[in-house]
Order: sequence, then C-alpha cells, then structure tokens
Amino acid sequence: MTTQMLTYLFVGLSFALYIGIAVWSRAGSTKDFYVAGGGVHPVVNGMATAADWMSAASFISMAGIISFVGFDGSVYLLGWTGGYVLLALLLAPYLRKFGRFTVPDFIGERYYSKTARIVAVVCLIFVSFTYVAGQMRGVGIVFSRFLEVEVNTGVVIGMAIVFMYAVLGGMKGITYTQVAQYCVLIFAYMVPAIFISLMITGNPIPQLGFGAEVLDAKGLGSGVSVLEKLDGVLMDLGFGAYTQGSKSTIDMFAITAALMFGTAGLPHVLVRFFTVPKVSDARLSAGYALVFIAILYTTAPAVAAFARLNLVDTVQDTAYADAPAWFGNWEKTGLIAWQDKNNDGVMQYSAGAALSPTKPIFTDQKGIHGERLLKNEPSASANEVYIDRDIMVLANPEIANLPGWVIALVAAGGVAAALSTAAGLLLVISSSISHDLLKQTLMPNISDKQELLFARIAAAVAVCVAGLFGIYPPAFVAQVVAFAFGLAAASLFPAILLGIFSKRVNKEGAITGMLVGLIFTFSYIAYFKFYAPELNNSVNWLLGISPEGIGFLGMLMNIAAALVVSMMTAPPPTDVQDLVDDIRIPTGAGVAHEH
Amino acid sequence: MSEQHYHHEGENLPPPSHHDQQVITDAAAKGYWRANLRLLAQLLTVWFAVSFGFGILLADWLDQFSFFGFKLGFWFAQQGAIYVFVALIFIYARRIVVIERRFGVDDDDRDVDAANDQGAS
Repeated sequence: MTTQMLTYLFVGLSFALYIGIAVWSRAGSTKDFYVAGGGVHPVVNGMATAADWMSAASFISMAGIISFVGFDGSVYLLGWTGGYVLLALLLAPYLRKFGRFTVPDFIGERYYSKTARIVAVVCLIFVSFTYVAGQMRGVGIVFSRFLEVEVNTGVVIGMAIVFMYAVLGGMKGITYTQVAQYCVLIFAYMVPAIFISLMITGNPIPQLGFGAEVLDAKGLGSGVSVLEKLDGVLMDLGFGAYTQGSKSTIDMFAITAALMFGTAGLPHVLVRFFTVPKVSDARLSAGYALVFIAILYTTAPAVAAFARLNLVDTVQDTAYADAPAWFGNWEKTGLIAWQDKNNDGVMQYSAGAALSPTKPIFTDQKGIHGERLLKNEPSASANEVYIDRDIMVLANPEIANLPGWVIALVAAGGVAAALSTAAGLLLVISSSISHDLLKQTLMPNISDKQELLFARIAAAVAVCVAGLFGIYPPAFVAQVVAFAFGLAAASLFPAILLGIFSKRVNKEGAITGMLVGLIFTFSYIAYFKFYAPELNNSVNWLLGISPEGIGFLGMLMNIAAALVVSMMTAPPPTDVQDLVDDIRIPTGAGVAHEH
Repeated sequence: MSEQHYHHEGENLPPPSHHDQQVITDAAAKGYWRANLRLLAQLLTVWFAVSFGFGILLADWLDQFSFFGFKLGFWFAQQGAIYVFVALIFIYARRIVVIERRFGVDDDDRDVDAANDQGAS
C-alpha cells in the first residue's frame, strides 16, 4: 500500500473511532454537556486534559521552534508544564469544591456581581477564539500536506467531525474522544522520536539519547555528545551555540511566567477539573494530566536537537541534485526553498535569513538543477536555504527514512491534536454563552432542556465561526498567540487566585483588577504587534519585556490594583466570606455522580 | 437545599454528603488552612527554584557542571524542571490528604463508595 493510501486509512479509521465514541456517549442533560456528569475518573480526566491541552502547536510547531532557537525554547517547555503545578496546588481543588459548571460561574458568585461574570465571559471568549482559529488552520495544513486536498476542504472536514461530537456529546463526548485522541497523538509522536534517537545515538529513549554520544558512521560511540556536536556545528555555520540563549534573562523570566500563569488561567483547561467526583481527584487528575503531557514535552526538546543535527548534516554542502527525496517533497509545499546565490549547484546553509522578504515567493519555473525558482531578492547573508520551522516534526519520519505507516501515523496524530483542542475550546465558548450569558444573566427562566438546546446551538455557531477563521485566517492569527496566554494570565488567573486565597478582595477590587490587567496587556501587545511593529525590539520594550511576556506584568498590576481597591472599599458580604471558607475545606464536595 | 444561602443565583447544588451532618469546628478549619498554606509555600519554593532559578536565573552558572552529557542549567530548563513539576503535584496530593485527615476535613466518603460498589454506576 502506498503512504498516501495508508494515510487515508489511518485518518479515516481515527475519525470513525471518534464518531463512534460520540454516539455512544451522547449528552442527556446540561450536567452531562458541561461537566460530563461530574463522574470522570481522575486518570481518564488527566488523559483528556492532556489531549485538550496539547494542540496542533504543541504537536507540530513546538519542537520545530526549539530546534531553531535552542535554549531560548525552554520558555515553552517550562511555561506550558509549570502552569500545571499552579493549577493542582492553587486552583483546581477549590474550583472542584465550588462545584459548578464554568469559570465565569466562579467569578460571578465569588464577586457577587453580574458585571464580574460578564467581564470573565469576555476574557474567556477572546482567549478561546484566538486559540481555536489556529487549531482549525492546523487541521487544514495537515490535510493539505498528507491527503493532498485543499487546505479549505481540510478545514471543512475537520469542522464536520468536531460538529458531530462536540455538539452531540458535549463535555461527555469530548472527554472520551479526547482519551482516544491522546493515545493516537502520543503514539504518533513517540514512534518517530524513538527511531531517530536510535539512529543518532543508539539509545531508544529520546530523553536519554538527548544527552548521549553521537554514533559515528560505523555505529560506534564518537566521544562527542549530541549537544556538544550541535553547538560546534552551529557555531561553525555562524549561529549561536544551541545551549546558549540569545534572549535577555528578564525576558526569559517574564515569558516563562506569562505562559505558566496563563496556562493556569485558561478556561478550557480549568473547566476539566469540574468533571471529577471529588476534591482529592482534582489534584490527582492535574498530576496525571502533567504526566501525560510530560511524555511529549520531555521528548520534544530531544526531537528538536536530533532534527537540527539531521537537517544540517543533510543540507549543508550537499549538491541539490543529491538531496534526499523529502527535500523536494517539502519544497513542493513551499515550506523549503533554495536559492543558488553563488551558482555552484551546492546548498550552503548558515545563519541569517536566506531570502528577502523572508518567506519564499515562487515563480512557476524551475532552475537548471530542478529547484523551484523564487521571486525573492537574495539577502545579504550567504545562507541559501529557507526552512519553515513547522516541518521539523512532520518531516522527521521522512528525514529518518521511516516506513510509510509511520508517516501516516504522524498525519493522524497531528489531526488528533488539533481536533481535541478545538473541541475543548468550542465547548467552553458554548457553555459560557448558554450558561453564563443566557441562563445566568439574560434569560434566567429557561428550563434545563432549553439551556441544553441553546448550548448545542452555541456550539454549532462557534464551530462555524472557527471554521471561517480557519478558511479566511485574519492576517494576525500567528501574531495573537501571545494574546491568549497574556490575557489569561493578566485577567482570569489573578481573579480566581485572589477569590480563593483572600477573603478581603471584593467585587470592586476584582473588577478593577481584571480590567487593569486586561487593558494594559491588550494595549501593550496591540501597540507592538499591530500599531508600531517596527518599534518591536528590546530597546523600546518596557523593562526589556517583550509582548510575549507582558502578561506577567499585567498579572502583577491586576493583583496590586485588586488589593488596593479592595482595601479602600467595603469588605465582601458575610455570605461570600462563608463561601470562601467553604471552598477551602475539601469535605462535602458532593459524591460520585451517576453517569 | 440547606446550602441555598450562599449560592444566590444557584441551582444544581452539590448533593449533601454525610460530612455535612458532622460539625467541622472553626479551629479545625483554621488549623487545616494554616497547615495547607505552609505546605504550599514549601512546594512552591521548590517549583520556583527548579524553573525560574536553575532553569533561567542560574542556568549560565550551572552550565559549568556536566550531568549525563548535558550542561546542568540547560538540562533543568529542558528536562529536569518538568520531572520535578510532576513529582511536586503527587507529593502535594499525598501530603495534603494526611493533613486533611488530621483535621477531620477530608473528602473520603467510605460509606458512599461502598454504596456505589453495590449500586447502579
């Protein structure tokens, strides 16, 4: 069977599985729809949380980014895992004890205010839509590369699948589908990683191979470790050492913090801890989630280093005519390009952008060596090779000469990662609309059945909007990833944290805090990303903190504003203080619910 | 629905458990919360030290030490901190349960588990 047919088969089978699960676990009540009935086992919830969390960006892009920035990529590894410690220790158990459906539920009740609830809904919708647009695009890209359909057709197929199980099954359908998706995506990630680690170091465990000696041509130890070799090779080519950062320490610190606190404030992750039976299960569940996430997150930096080494080995000083087949395959998709600046027919790879502008613009013609010709001007750098970071994971099986079924598996894994995250996001968007906006604010008299219907309609509308974002991506989609984390860190995280750990913070304080954090972070990012992108460099940044890390400062401002304003206004009413006392005590969170 | 007083907009209240009939004294609740905060402070200190400390602020200095083929600071930033994070969550989950039992505020519903085992779930 060809790789193409295998890919159709694997992706098709995985879709059949997801739909089967959706039909089996159809939601019957709002409780099923919002929190899967509240009786999910902590290991199952941990696995679902891991799939929910690891998006197309984690699966496809993260190793690629680390591969190109080396030590600086640690911000993602630390930020996107360390947030779970905050979740498990500071938020999840108390939110579970609170025992309701959504994040705005908590903020609305704790701050006894519809305004606070609506501010929370606005933050939630902004954060979640930013995210979901990227997921739909990710589905489209995987489809177009592996199934050779139009990106837009891929998006529509993805929408149809998510529609089936998110709209029918709600949280219940999503939870069990995500478990299946986790299994598919982690298997798809690990198989090529293990093969490549074996190939380069002879050690089958990528986490250990990462520090091991590189094998020489005879398969014997060369006495040089992977990272030493990588540092040496890259410095010879004019890059910085792989294990040394180029970001300033304060910026590394701020970005890591913004990603960590942002992770702990992301609504689609928080809501997962409403689904387990007990408070102690919420803590354990966050622990299992991090175990399942850590399997991928400790493999990713190893894959990144191996892939970079492989890439340099394959490309540097190789005649274009002798380049392996994968080089041409990815050149066809436009993610690799070569411009023979010195007309020697040999690819020279070094530091600096190869092209001007940096993204390749192809003509229809081919050059004398068979390469695709470019409209781009050659840049001042001697570098002749353009490589898109996103291909590092997707091209890995081909670079390592792995069989067709592994390539098919990676395609199915990429789709699983994107779909599981998209579904989780769509669910929090729909529940914040049907529950927080309609039931709790605008139409308090609707019945449970009507609310469930509204939830399904909201999910359906959200799927369509997300699909449109995927088909017509706003030019800024890639730019706004910083928004999602920065805003979650600066708005939702402090409001929840203070709501649990302080009895004194009142509605005036919380609302002021959220608005200060939100507006400051939003303005800072918008200024440097959209209004004055030419000024976006460390000289102009406030305290040397980039827009990616500014959410950390926004968070500190939020906390400061909330405390100061609360001190100057009346304390919260007694019943709210009693509520805080109550959520601090694990006893009586309600027992295992019926399925 | 005896808990109605604090869920003002509420519905779907958590069903009452047998603990609701027991009285948790103010002193027990306060003692539990202080012990919890102390444990959190210890664990979060470790959390900060391995990530922001070893992985970022001290990474350059730690890089002079070699650890299984890695520079130590680099290893913390790309591997070690993540392993410690996992350990921290499970350590907290275990130790806080011991503290809860000591103050009688745990969520262990043995009667209900038994009922579930016989029941329809």
